[in-house]
Amino acid sequence: MLAAAACGKPPASNSGGASAGASAGGKAAHACMVTDIGGINDRSFNASAWAGMQAAQKQNPNIKIDYTQSAAEADYGPNLNGYVQQKCDLIVAVGGLMAQATTDAAKAAPSQKFGIIDAKIDSPNVYSMQFDTAQAAFLAGYLAAGMSKTGVVGTYGGLKIPPVTIFMDGFADGVAYYNKAKSKNVKVLGWDKNAQNGSFAGSFTDQNAGKRLSDQFTGQNADVIMPVAGGTGLGTAAGAQQSGGKYSVIWVDQDGCVSAAQYCSVFLSTVVKNISDAVRDAVLATAGGSLQGGGGSVGTLKNNGVQLADFHEMASKVPADLKTELDQLKQDIISGKVQVSSPAQPK
Amino acid sequence: MTAQTRPAEEAERAERPPEGGRARRALRAVASANAVTLTVLAVVLALVLGAILIVLGNDRVLAEYGYFFAQPGTTLGDSWQIVTDAYGNLFRGAVFDPSALSGAIAGTNSWNLVFYPISETLTYTAPLIFTGLSVALAFRSGLFNIGGHGQVIFGCIGGALVGFALPLPPVLHLIAALLGAAVGGGLIGMIAGVLKARTGAHEVIVTIMLNNIAFWFLQWIITKPGVHNPARSDAISKDVLGSARLPGLGSGLRADLGVVLGVLAAAAVAWLLNRSTEGFELRAVGLNPDAARTAGMSVGRAYILAMTTAGALAGLGGGVIVLGPAVHLTGAVAGTVGFDGITVALLGRGKPWGVVASALLFGALHAGGNRMQQSSHVAIDLVTVVQAVIVIFIAAPALVTAIFRLRATRGVSASLAKGW
Repeated sequence: MLAAAACGKPPASNSGGASAGASAGGKAAHACMVTDIGGINDRSFNASAWAGMQAAQKQNPNIKIDYTQSAAEADYGPNLNGYVQQKCDLIVAVGGLMAQATTDAAKAAPSQKFGIIDAKIDSPNVYSMQFDTAQAAFLAGYLAAGMSKTGVVGTYGGLKIPPVTIFMDGFADGVAYYNKAKSKNVKVLGWDKNAQNGSFAGSFTDQNAGKRLSDQFTGQNADVIMPVAGGTGLGTAAGAQQSGGKYSVIWVDQDGCVSAAQYCSVFLSTVVKNISDAVRDAVLATAGGSLQGGGGSVGTLKNNGVQLADFHEMASKVPADLKTELDQLKQDIISGKVQVSSPAQPK
Repeated sequence: MTAQTRPAEEAERAERPPEGGRARRALRAVASANAVTLTVLAVVLALVLGAILIVLGNDRVLAEYGYFFAQPGTTLGDSWQIVTDAYGNLFRGAVFDPSALSGAIAGTNSWNLVFYPISETLTYTAPLIFTGLSVALAFRSGLFNIGGHGQVIFGCIGGALVGFALPLPPVLHLIAALLGAAVGGGLIGMIAGVLKARTGAHEVIVTIMLNNIAFWFLQWIITKPGVHNPARSDAISKDVLGSARLPGLGSGLRADLGVVLGVLAAAAVAWLLNRSTEGFELRAVGLNPDAARTAGMSVGRAYILAMTTAGALAGLGGGVIVLGPAVHLTGAVAGTVGFDGITVALLGRGKPWGVVASALLFGALHAGGNRMQQSSHVAIDLVTVVQAVIVIFIAAPALVTAIFRLRATRGVSASLAKGW
């Protein structure tokens, strides 16, 4: 069979086609990305950042994109330097843990442009992309409290690290805001903002751990759960589906109805952290020659850098009043009337 | 494991005066499966297997195999080209890049770039020497130290704490920080040694569990006030002060004194094992605990000494990381060097200088792997696979001798397979 397969005919040469397509679009640029140890297929921020690079290339086919994966933290420096030697136009470092390596590389190569996600680097050749996810999570907390029939909601994290706890802070505050506004007493399981302590799965991949934690929450009557734990949260989504609607799930990072579409029916909404758009814009700006180092972007509700996603299949179940209140609350956060704070916010 | 020969015996045989002519002996040594030949052949085999994986991972060339008989020349040529390109970049990233030299002569790039690959290799090598020595020393004492990871973590913590919380004058500070790293790793190693000596608890189980404890302890401590860097919102410690950092070997290069310390440590371990009374006892206990006990040695004491020293060595590996390239603690600061130490020690056959050589090889593979990934788009994971395959071939010498039809000699095989 193998031999038979190897007897096929080669495809006709089509070397002309590719270059013809590439001549359309904008200026050429080479954008390079270094992942953190999560790797390119982490279904989280490395994947989102790469999606942003691909989106930029789609808009401007003359942009060449490349990525390299870091096997260990010790690889951050060499991988960044490798791209400096390849003279990429923009080198995107994914994740705050690369801040030190990026600072060093930026200092050693002052004419090289860098971008970094989830960190702020004060260097004239680094563009920092940060996200105030607490704002969107605040809306999610309000939504969860408004949707809960039992008066109990829950959240848990993958690891107790700031990019995770910022979601939980916003969520808890959103519930507290709802309680104050409506004189209700919706309880939050899994996170105590003042003590900065709560439930963690200890993993971003272990679905059983996610299922176990959500079973504990539902055992205490929780009917809305927000897992901030990457793949671990899929255990909660699966549990919600098996329970036949006894509880619903608020997803995080990328819209759950896109990134985990099989569970769309149980997703109330998603706290979106729009890494893709930020990276796409930075890459396009690099090609356009307009990317300014030294500053950067902070994703907020105002600039759609963070947002509460569509309700999708749940849309009919969310009362119209609650939708209106959420819209108003969003405006209040944008205008500064309602302040959202978290120790993990971008500084 | 029936034909198993002990390391000491093996070393003795190597030192025996040559029988017959020197040339004849050299020929026979190459043709028979001695340790060096076997190792080199294992590396070659692993690289061949890696080449197959490179071709399998390339969609374009793989597609060409679908119509192999239509144009076999093109298919094989393209396969050869991507493999040589990948391995070429592996070499350029690990050892020497000719274009950097010509660029430096022409003045288009700095001379730094010429030494950059070798500097990267040495940077990756340094911690591996320490963790490899740690595992090797335990092996020779009849113990299987799987706790390198936890010991490295505690070494990182010890080194970093002294490094940022205990301001001292320059040279003194570095020495104190290295001591802190050794004490951190040594203490956690000692726990396994004491439990083995006093209660008979198996060191494999204890060290694996200690790895988990160390990992979570690290996650916990880096968020605590006094350790956590207040200027950062993520889980990261303060930076080690400049006075406690290992001096670099060249400006603009990452390689630092750590690799020199690693070589010194190898010399120290070699002396300890082969020349000192303690080392003799360790090896005696490793070869046959019952005989050692009958001869009046304290087996328990040897176990504690071995695990403490092994822990301290791995801890120094952690110190070399955190006082060198890393400069602060993060959740994954230890990387995989603790576990890689096991493969390094296996490849080095539990001998200190063998460990240095194999650490250098693994360091070079890692440094070159980064370059290979960036320039040839071959995933860095390939390097991990190649390393694993090397060790599998070495653990199964019969396989290599069969493939290359070598004359087998007794005793090269399972000199390390003790402890279970």
